[in-house]
Amino acid sequence: MKKYLSFFRIRLINGLQYRTAAYAGIATQFAWGFMEILMFNAFYNADAAAFPMEFSQLTSYIWLQQAFLALFMTWFLDDEIFSAISSGNIAYELSRPIDLYTMWFTKNLAIRLSKAALRCMPILIVAAFLPRPYGIVLPANFLVFSVFLITMLLALFTVVAFCMLIYIATFYMLSPLGIRTAALSLTEFLSGAIIPLPFLPDNVRKIVEFTPFASMQNLPLRIYSGNIAGSEMLWSISLQVFWLTMLVLIGKLWIKKALKKVVVQGG
Amino acid sequence: MIELKNINKTFKISKRNAGFTEALKTLFKKEYTYVHALKDVSFSIGTGEMVGYIGPNGAGKSSTIKIMSGILNPDSGECVIDGLTPWKNRREHVKHIGVVFGQRSQLWWDVPVIDSFELIRDIYKIDSITYRRNYDELVSILELDEIVRTPARQLSLGQRMRCEIAASLLHSPAILFLDEPTIGLDAVSKIAVREFIKKINHEHKTTVILTTHDMQDIEALTGRILLIGKGQILLDGSLSELKKRNSSYKTITLEFSAGNFKEIPGIIMNNKIDGHGVFQVDTGVLSISNAISELSKSADITDISVAGATVEEMVVSLYEEFKI
Repeated sequence: MKKYLSFFRIRLINGLQYRTAAYAGIATQFAWGFMEILMFNAFYNADAAAFPMEFSQLTSYIWLQQAFLALFMTWFLDDEIFSAISSGNIAYELSRPIDLYTMWFTKNLAIRLSKAALRCMPILIVAAFLPRPYGIVLPANFLVFSVFLITMLLALFTVVAFCMLIYIATFYMLSPLGIRTAALSLTEFLSGAIIPLPFLPDNVRKIVEFTPFASMQNLPLRIYSGNIAGSEMLWSISLQVFWLTMLVLIGKLWIKKALKKVVVQGG
Repeated sequence: MIELKNINKTFKISKRNAGFTEALKTLFKKEYTYVHALKDVSFSIGTGEMVGYIGPNGAGKSSTIKIMSGILNPDSGECVIDGLTPWKNRREHVKHIGVVFGQRSQLWWDVPVIDSFELIRDIYKIDSITYRRNYDELVSILELDEIVRTPARQLSLGQRMRCEIAASLLHSPAILFLDEPTIGLDAVSKIAVREFIKKINHEHKTTVILTTHDMQDIEALTGRILLIGKGQILLDGSLSELKKRNSSYKTITLEFSAGNFKEIPGIIMNNKIDGHGVFQVDTGVLSISNAISELSKSADITDISVAGATVEEMVVSLYEEFKI
């Protein structure tokens, strides 16, 4: 375990170096958050009763989403892994006594956490001081907050487990570009990154909520604002644990198979 | 102890001609050719040996190294290294080997080299005493003192290569695979790297397998040569055996002020530019002294040197002999 921990540490420290990128990211996320809230504000002004979430629930959702974007964006993939596969640099990683899946998993966690750590605080602080209902509200109680934290961690694991499948698929392709683009547009929509899932038509929403994508940002963000609670919450968390287990299991089996036939490219 | 028996590996390579219509065609029907990278490769290497693995580009050197380091699965054949089959017991096997791929980097690009070293320490679970000892030794012999605190991206190629080699030896591997370790290095760095390889082979009895295109590496380092071409082992022997095969040829280089060379049996003129000539003498036909006297009859010689064939020439002639 220690090797993965120190790998996590070196990656985390490494990720914390990129301050300028973090400033740019914070600016983008503020702009994006305000735009979304303004847009929804216009809709809610027309008829607030027509929407499935309260406006303050929605603004909390949006600000948390912007603050923790780095944890949840499915399209944020590690280029180093892609280039290691396509250039053959993976040779070095394979010549070490490590489990490739665990190492890549750890690496992705570290990159996402370091990115999020640099970005979340300014956004959360500013959003907390925005006037109601435009800012972020505190969760109902401490229990909700702790469940939010746990599901957020599980959601991060689910996102990374899903990304692992994209990395592994690259073993079978010469270029990762096609699969990245496809994964990007579909999962962004299905995970509630573009609009929260409650806004989808009921039939579609019911199906989407069964997919692993609903176990990503959708779940913790809605638990925070109280949009998911009670028995629905318990059910959703079980589903999240189920999907996480499945994704990891599939990934581990698949990578084992892929490595058997891997051709390390280049001389 | 390394034992390879009848290792075969075939790669499937997609091919198409240049041009847009050709590219469109491959969308529907892909053409593949099969390249037999390795054909019945067998050899065995004893503990503590230092072996030079040479051959032209694409001969299968790297593929063999990859198979021996557990990265590549062969199609058929056996490979047992210290009782383990690399691709079946990869994680157990790689604990005992070190690999340097001259064209790739194992150091983390953005962090100081020492961070990479410490990560490697944790990956191989090296205990702190062994780590300290190996670290101190490697740093002092390879003269890394000044550079271990520098991020890998700011190192020169020669500095980086020394760090790469150190990184591969921190866990005191029993076997070291070096895939073109001197590629792109200047003369000084090459000599430093060679000296170091010699030293660890000598002092730690580390088995070293080295692929290279640099014949000076071979001359300086290895007693035994494996020559591979088109996926087959063509020659397994010592450098002196290789030299013996070619020893009937000597090269005479002349500087001359005036003269005209006529054809002499046993002497082949390789090159002549005003005042400078290179001749190859077949000593089976003509002795060196006769050759010199024949040559001095035809020209007014100002300088002369006689040399045996260089390793490079020998390899080229072996390539010709085996038609590869």
